[in-house]
Amino acid sequence: MIDQLPALIIVAPMLGAFLTPIIGWRYQHLCYPWTLLVLTIPLYSAVGALFKVIRSGPFGYNLGGWAPPWGIEYRIDYLSAIMLVLIATIGFLAAVNARPAGKTEFKGKEAQLYTLFLLQITGLLGIVITGDLFNIFVFLEITSLSGYGLIAHGEEGAPMATFNYIIIGTIGASFYLLGVGYLYMATGSLNIADLATILPALYHSKMILVGFAFFTTGVAIKMGLFPLHIWMPDAYTTAPNSVSTLIAPLMTKVAAYLMIRILFTLFAPDFAISVVPVATILGWLAVIAIIVGGVKALAQTDIKRMVAYIMVAEVGYIVMGISVMNRAGLTGAILHIINDACMIFCLFLTIGAISYRGHGREINHFQNLSKKMPLTMAAFVIAALSMCGIPPACGFFSKWYLIMGMITAGQWIFAATLLGSSLINAVLFFRIIEKAYLAPPESQGHNHTDHEAEEIERNDAPLSMMIPIIMSALAILLLGLFSGKIIDAVIQHAVPAIF
Amino acid sequence: MGEVIYSAKPLWAVLVSMVAAFLILLTGDKARNLREGWTILAALIKFGLVFSLIEPVLAGKTIEYTLINLLPGVALQFRVDAFGLLFGVVAATLWIPTSFYSIGYVRTLNEHAQSRYFFSFAMCLSAAIGVAFAGNLLTLLIFYEILTIATWPLVIHHEDESAINGGRKYLVYTLTAGCILLLAIGITYSLAGTLDFVGGGFLAGHGSPGLLIILLIMFIAGFGVKAGIMPFHEWLPSAMVAPTPVSALLHAVAVVKAGVFGCVRVILFVFGPQLLHELGVWTILAGVVAFTVVAAGLLALGQDHLKRRLAFSTINNLALIILGVSLLSKNSMTGGILHLANHAFMKITLFFCAGAIYVKTHKDHVSQLDGLGRQMPFTFAAFAIASMGLCGLPPVNGFISKWFLCLGAVETHQLVFLFVILTSAMLDVAFFFPIIYNGFFKKPLPDVAGKIDEAPLIMVIPLCATALFSIIFGIFPNAFLNFFNIVRLAVTNVLGG
Repeated sequence: MIDQLPALIIVAPMLGAFLTPIIGWRYQHLCYPWTLLVLTIPLYSAVGALFKVIRSGPFGYNLGGWAPPWGIEYRIDYLSAIMLVLIATIGFLAAVNARPAGKTEFKGKEAQLYTLFLLQITGLLGIVITGDLFNIFVFLEITSLSGYGLIAHGEEGAPMATFNYIIIGTIGASFYLLGVGYLYMATGSLNIADLATILPALYHSKMILVGFAFFTTGVAIKMGLFPLHIWMPDAYTTAPNSVSTLIAPLMTKVAAYLMIRILFTLFAPDFAISVVPVATILGWLAVIAIIVGGVKALAQTDIKRMVAYIMVAEVGYIVMGISVMNRAGLTGAILHIINDACMIFCLFLTIGAISYRGHGREINHFQNLSKKMPLTMAAFVIAALSMCGIPPACGFFSKWYLIMGMITAGQWIFAATLLGSSLINAVLFFRIIEKAYLAPPESQGHNHTDHEAEEIERNDAPLSMMIPIIMSALAILLLGLFSGKIIDAVIQHAVPAIF
Repeated sequence: MGEVIYSAKPLWAVLVSMVAAFLILLTGDKARNLREGWTILAALIKFGLVFSLIEPVLAGKTIEYTLINLLPGVALQFRVDAFGLLFGVVAATLWIPTSFYSIGYVRTLNEHAQSRYFFSFAMCLSAAIGVAFAGNLLTLLIFYEILTIATWPLVIHHEDESAINGGRKYLVYTLTAGCILLLAIGITYSLAGTLDFVGGGFLAGHGSPGLLIILLIMFIAGFGVKAGIMPFHEWLPSAMVAPTPVSALLHAVAVVKAGVFGCVRVILFVFGPQLLHELGVWTILAGVVAFTVVAAGLLALGQDHLKRRLAFSTINNLALIILGVSLLSKNSMTGGILHLANHAFMKITLFFCAGAIYVKTHKDHVSQLDGLGRQMPFTFAAFAIASMGLCGLPPVNGFISKWFLCLGAVETHQLVFLFVILTSAMLDVAFFFPIIYNGFFKKPLPDVAGKIDEAPLIMVIPLCATALFSIIFGIFPNAFLNFFNIVRLAVTNVLGG
């Protein structure tokens, strides 16, 4: 049983997804508990895999018993193990959160919601676990197609946003596939570990260079890196609240994972420095992404759209960490993948809860929200402080490593951009905190607030939303406090040894 | 340095008020007495814990506690040395009178959001002790940032427009400073590979002089924002919109002192006197600070709002502390560090008085105070004692620290700094004595009661107590808390021998 853990991670949610419509056909209300039940399996297996990796190092699993490079190999090393745990945990919590909002957003189509939900998680887990380039493409498509389906169910404007996303997303996926094709033509192999040994001899082959270009562009589209981010704010803003909590934190992060894989595992790290100057290009794109994302976010009064633009900037953080090509920077990038997933998750959860209680998404209408939904807002504040990089929240620590990476590389402009961006985040979030926590100016809230407080009814999010919200807020604090442990146990092994 | 004791006491000293903060929030407005009970209880326990550290530290030991590793070679670590202990003792001691005073203040004025107020207060104290006991720069920064955020709800407490604007200004200044500090600490780490404070500094021999000078500027700018060094002082007078006990403890003792504390840590424990002499920048640093001393004193003269006048006096005194330290001689350092403690006692008294006057009469301008001393003799007497101390008159404790500052200035043969210190004392006289004179000797305004009619006892007792202690520490600098010995030890740690 324990040997089959890697397969279970994928098989369980996939089979679960196929069974969901059958269950939902007759008993729609059973879909939700069924989904949760199914998702405990990858959660359990992913945690098991992580501990196995920590205990005895990376391991592989040959699907169907076919040995690589011919068969498909599931390869679990430090990086993929921690990503698996991240995806499985957030996937599970997002599923817990999905019901209240999903009931209205997917009225009568809950079976479809949970089917696509499980497929989405299957795809995300699959991208991370597999060690086969073409298999990654398959999972990428599973993720994208289920994502299109889910997002299209959103509010007015969602079909249009989804259409844009489909067009651009498909271009991204095709680019990726072309990249795989070129590499396969040149080497005849699809297994990443195998390719990594073959490729160095061919680094100056035109075919490899073209393949590499297609890879990076395709992945950059999927992760929403400036200037290929245009699909992202619309898609994530209009997506249903029950779904954006799943897709928004994870999709970009998995794409970032893929970028790290391509730059550091598939190709040798110095390929992106000496053969083609990709690292430099990525670094400057990241700078622009951070600035554009921040400035655009400042202009929004819709909180969900604001966070969507912040995500553009956050992707910039991760890419910047990757681009400096040193230990501290990459550590920061990987740490930020984890931390940012939790922060964005927490933000989308609270936004969903606020909308669910009928307070909308317009920042200017958030007066007294702290009294109406105290716990939700407390979680929001924790996530917000983490975004601004205030310790002991986890955002501070990824910022620290990223800054160390910039200093080591001597990239002072990058460092200044990072710091400036956390100040922009402070403006963005304190604007909301002020609104939500302070009495509206006309009441001048001084002496008569006591009876005023009684009028405001406390109506926090329902339990199934509250649990993920509190868990994610706690995770933000714990990830911060134990970031040293995480780095010691996992991330430092995920960084290539030559750094 | 001597023996190291591993003990969790510093951690408990930090945690006790953090736990209390959450108990306060849970108790809420429903059970006010229980809620205030948490505050008092935490204050007393914290004082006990900090007090128990004095003896081992004076015996030459260091108390250390490592929580978790943050980075290779840098842990979330508490290390209590003499200098940190001094700040810790001051903050923990003054929290007790402030707690009582706060209770009187918010209840008399029937303030709103009292739970939030006491919650943030307790968090601030937690962070301040964390700053005091931090064993390295990163730990210091972590608590420093927590302090920044925890103070914000107190600054915007009134929730009116000026409070919100004051709060925004405060955040812009302090968060930007935090970013600069983060960068500076990052550079330090990449240069030296360590961030642990060492008496006499650890940066010597790392990096080029040019880089080190830029680094020093970044550090002083980063910490100097909270310490109100000009030109970064703008937020401090604006933040005076906060309730008076907040101004008292946070803006005269914990928050701004954390800034000064950080500056001193950087000057003496990161760079060290030796390196600063070699770089030759200490005169520039001292010059900038000396300018702040005089300019703040002059600006204070023009303030009619009592708390704003006190705010400028704070800026003046904080700069004086840093001036003393940056002169880098033994006596000036002694004076500067001692002034950190002495100024706290005097300034908190002054703010307590301003608050008591406001609670009783709703007056907050200097020009409204004519003859009020007859109605509130205790308050005004305490005010007189504290302001005499700030002017450097014996037997109040301010005399001792200023005496050492003057001695230090003479030692360095830079008479211009002696002149600055004396001018500052003159300016202190010029902006404090009119208040005392008006209060006691001018013809009372028509609304002044003919008989003694003070603020509630729970406010008057703390302010009399802090004034009394200012005198006691002036006559016996080593009374109860061994301030003078601690300071001497801190200076010895830096200079060696």
